[in-house]
Amino acid sequence: MPNTRIRVPKTAKAGDIIEIRAIIQHPMENGFRLNSQGTAIPVDIVTEFACTYDGQEIFRVQLEPGLSANPYFSFYLKATKTGPVDFWWQDQHGTVTEASETLEVT
Amino acid sequence: MNFVPAIALAVGLVAAIGLVDAAPHSEPRSGYSFLTPELQQLQDDDFANPGLLWVDQGATLWETAAGTSNRSCADCHGDASVSMRGVAPRYPAYSEELGRMVNIEGQINQCRSARQGAEPLPYESEDLLSLTAFVSNQSAGLPISLAVVGPAAESLERGRAFFYQRRGQLNLSCANCHEDNVGNHLRAEPISEGQTNGFPIYRNLWQTMGSTHRMFAWCNEAVRAEPYAAGSQDYIDLEVFERWRSNGLTIETPAVRR
Repeated sequence: MPNTRIRVPKTAKAGDIIEIRAIIQHPMENGFRLNSQGTAIPVDIVTEFACTYDGQEIFRVQLEPGLSANPYFSFYLKATKTGPVDFWWQDQHGTVTEASETLEVT
Repeated sequence: MNFVPAIALAVGLVAAIGLVDAAPHSEPRSGYSFLTPELQQLQDDDFANPGLLWVDQGATLWETAAGTSNRSCADCHGDASVSMRGVAPRYPAYSEELGRMVNIEGQINQCRSARQGAEPLPYESEDLLSLTAFVSNQSAGLPISLAVVGPAAESLERGRAFFYQRRGQLNLSCANCHEDNVGNHLRAEPISEGQTNGFPIYRNLWQTMGSTHRMFAWCNEAVRAEPYAAGSQDYIDLEVFERWRSNGLTIETPAVRR
């Protein structure tokens, strides 16, 4: 399973706009490159990324081969109640990678 | 009574100082200072710097048992933030066990085969890059302080010869770019001093992490010369020379480069 890094603040005040960041280690092969033997390296990309806050989807994106390696996303959410922030990536082979962090709203 | 050792020490010091005086750059400049502000920002970001993915992976490997001994790095060395702090600034160093100079990659593999009873990791493999990045990262912010005495001094001289040797179809030595043309441009790219204080680096061109030896090989190919094998003695010697040129620069691992 690919290595991931996520950053969610541990605590926030209700109504705060907080920054969420997520990065996944992935080569994002675009399928146009050749290896040292001159044969094409097949496409190998992460195709989807989504984030839910307390079960509700707040961010979803479809990824394409033009993206550089180790895709990194940064976005904002409005803190309303204490709950888990779940991250979900799926690559083209169907491999799912998940990460989660609990946001405590005071 | 301690007369003889004192003289020997004094001679050693003089030799070391004599060499330091001969450094080509009195104030070495990190490759960082040649980057665009955007890339500098990416390197400084303690979350988004992609090299940190490898550091994280290295931290996991540090705790993972391997080989017939079923021991991890942590079982012997304990907390890396204590035991590995200050290691990167003094490598490559002479290994008594191997009887030659080794870099951090070589030392990790030496530990694997001698202590853990595991297969050495292939050069440029994800695992070896991760462990090297993790170990080097523990010394982030410390100045490089390579001691050049005994076998290190011989290795340094061979590395120096390599650095000034013209090679390849373009008939260029390392020094032709990284000393004579520092700050000038190759196409759109400013030429750096070729310092090695940030290795292993995350290179945008490669879209992945790379070791010092991969960079040497890349440079050799760029002047249309046959690169040496990663981990070869020629590159270790060059690494010693490069590290010595970087003396005083702080460790930046994992650095981000173009």
